[in-house]
Amino acid sequence: MPFPLNFEDLLGHWESYLVSLAIGIAFGVVLEIAGFGDSRRLAAQFYLGDMTVLKVMFTGIVVAMVMVFAASAVNLLDFNLVWVNPTYLWPGIVGGLIMGVGFIIGGFCPGTSLVSAATGRLDGLFFAVGAFFGIFLFGETVGSFEDFWYSSYEGRYIIPEFLNISTGATVVILVLFALAAFAFAEQMERIFGGADLKKAPKWRYGAAGTLLAGAVIVMFIGQPDTEDRWNTIKEDKAPALANRDVQIQAGEVLALMRDDRINLILLDVRDEADFNLFHLLDAVNIPAEEIPDHLKEFRAKSANTVFMVIGNDEKAATEVWKTMVSESVPNVYLLEGGINNWITTFADEEFKTTSLIENHANDTLAYTFTSALGSRYAMANPNPDVFQLEYISKVKLQAARGGKSGGCG
Amino acid sequence: MAVQGSIKKWVRVPAHTAIGVKRQARAYVNPYLGGILLGVVLFSSFFLTGNGLGASGGMNRILVWGQDQLVPDHVDRTAYLLEMAGGDTNPMDSWVVFVMLGVIVGGFASGWLNGRFKIETNRGPHISVKTRWMLAFIGGAFMGYGARMARGCTSGQALSGGAVLSVGSWAFMFAVFAGGYALAYFVRRLWR
Repeated sequence: MPFPLNFEDLLGHWESYLVSLAIGIAFGVVLEIAGFGDSRRLAAQFYLGDMTVLKVMFTGIVVAMVMVFAASAVNLLDFNLVWVNPTYLWPGIVGGLIMGVGFIIGGFCPGTSLVSAATGRLDGLFFAVGAFFGIFLFGETVGSFEDFWYSSYEGRYIIPEFLNISTGATVVILVLFALAAFAFAEQMERIFGGADLKKAPKWRYGAAGTLLAGAVIVMFIGQPDTEDRWNTIKEDKAPALANRDVQIQAGEVLALMRDDRINLILLDVRDEADFNLFHLLDAVNIPAEEIPDHLKEFRAKSANTVFMVIGNDEKAATEVWKTMVSESVPNVYLLEGGINNWITTFADEEFKTTSLIENHANDTLAYTFTSALGSRYAMANPNPDVFQLEYISKVKLQAARGGKSGGCG
Repeated sequence: MAVQGSIKKWVRVPAHTAIGVKRQARAYVNPYLGGILLGVVLFSSFFLTGNGLGASGGMNRILVWGQDQLVPDHVDRTAYLLEMAGGDTNPMDSWVVFVMLGVIVGGFASGWLNGRFKIETNRGPHISVKTRWMLAFIGGAFMGYGARMARGCTSGQALSGGAVLSVGSWAFMFAVFAGGYALAYFVRRLWR
């Protein structure tokens, strides 16, 4: 899944914005040639005689949608890395209603007013200045209703999750919905705008058929699951596992635990019983089988986050590592030798001789604990001055690629 | 065939484009063709960068940049502004600013090359130029306020979020149309 690209790595920080500039130019051209620089044409949408706005917008949405999920279906595009506007339901709806009012009074939306102003329209210029004023007003007043502005938060929440159907089926349904909306729009233009539908280009039927066919194909291919994703990246990632580039020695983990620049998440994937017996200080317990429910939140962590997956030995931790790496979580490592090796490294001699279980089964605790003291053992947070361990430093923070912050800026 | 014809028409550069010279403004493209091109641009943005399109986010950041030049202390005390421009954070350091600048450049270039650049005020037949300017400003203020409330405008929320199936973006989109249609009848004299 090579796309999206990391232009910051490829071109440099500010240079990477040249790509955004080019995309913006193309966007501006398209808005202009579609007639969105003319407020009368935009406002006409609300009087049903000219449905250009609906046609252009919905066509744009469904064409991009089919292409995005087609690229994802064939493992070219990693949809996990595509920015999906987080859902804040009510602020979005109230903001949308206010914008609808602004639209019909002012005749533009922010993007189109810029195009209009750029092509010499003074009403577009006044609208853009007004938009700046409204944005300014919002920045100064949002503090007084912050609770509302952050309410009804659902995070990255897409329609397939909401309807509990597959992504492909959603794509097909939305294409059908759009085509129905176009048929309706054309009837409105005929009735209220006196449009002669016989003069409308015939190629639009072919385009509609192509789009629908594309959506159906996307549905039948399906979106990749974790296993498909692993198979796609296996060639790249499996050597790191075999060369032990991602198994981190106890000494380095100990150093990371005290590194303030790193947001270290000690992810203990054992079951709750083992976790309660003993775990590292500040470790979080998410049993291996529950990891898939937490991937979204893992991906949303700050860029300096390092995940250290911890099992009793390495078997379960390795599987969790594969799942997390396949699902585009950045900076994932696992503790070399797991908890058992940690205890061997840091426990006192007495504990080691009295508590060792001979020939313990793989991925079970190799030591017995008489009480569930969790992290209230000295070895849960060893003193690095006492244990001066040699280690090969392996953790490297990787800049996250992919979408960062939608149009919300 | 018709698709090709339209694209050709759009690419060809007119012979004369100076201001004041009377030229034939080219007709706008078919809405469905415009939509297909819009979809390809939007897809390219997601495919290459992982981000969608945006406009009001860029305007927001340019505004905050201005505020940070004039009243940096105020910016550092307001949570919403702090996020974008607190301390040494540069509000212009964001892709959405550059998309927005591109929109202006692209809109201008396309209008110019197609003979559609013209200093004028588009308005309904029953209102004066000054009224139109005032209403454009007021509408813009509503739009700017609502866009920040909704965390994105028509491009950043409806288009971008809609294409990647965000639940909130679809709810938002219906709200924009609902708000417009609810008021359209009462303000029909502005446009018709």
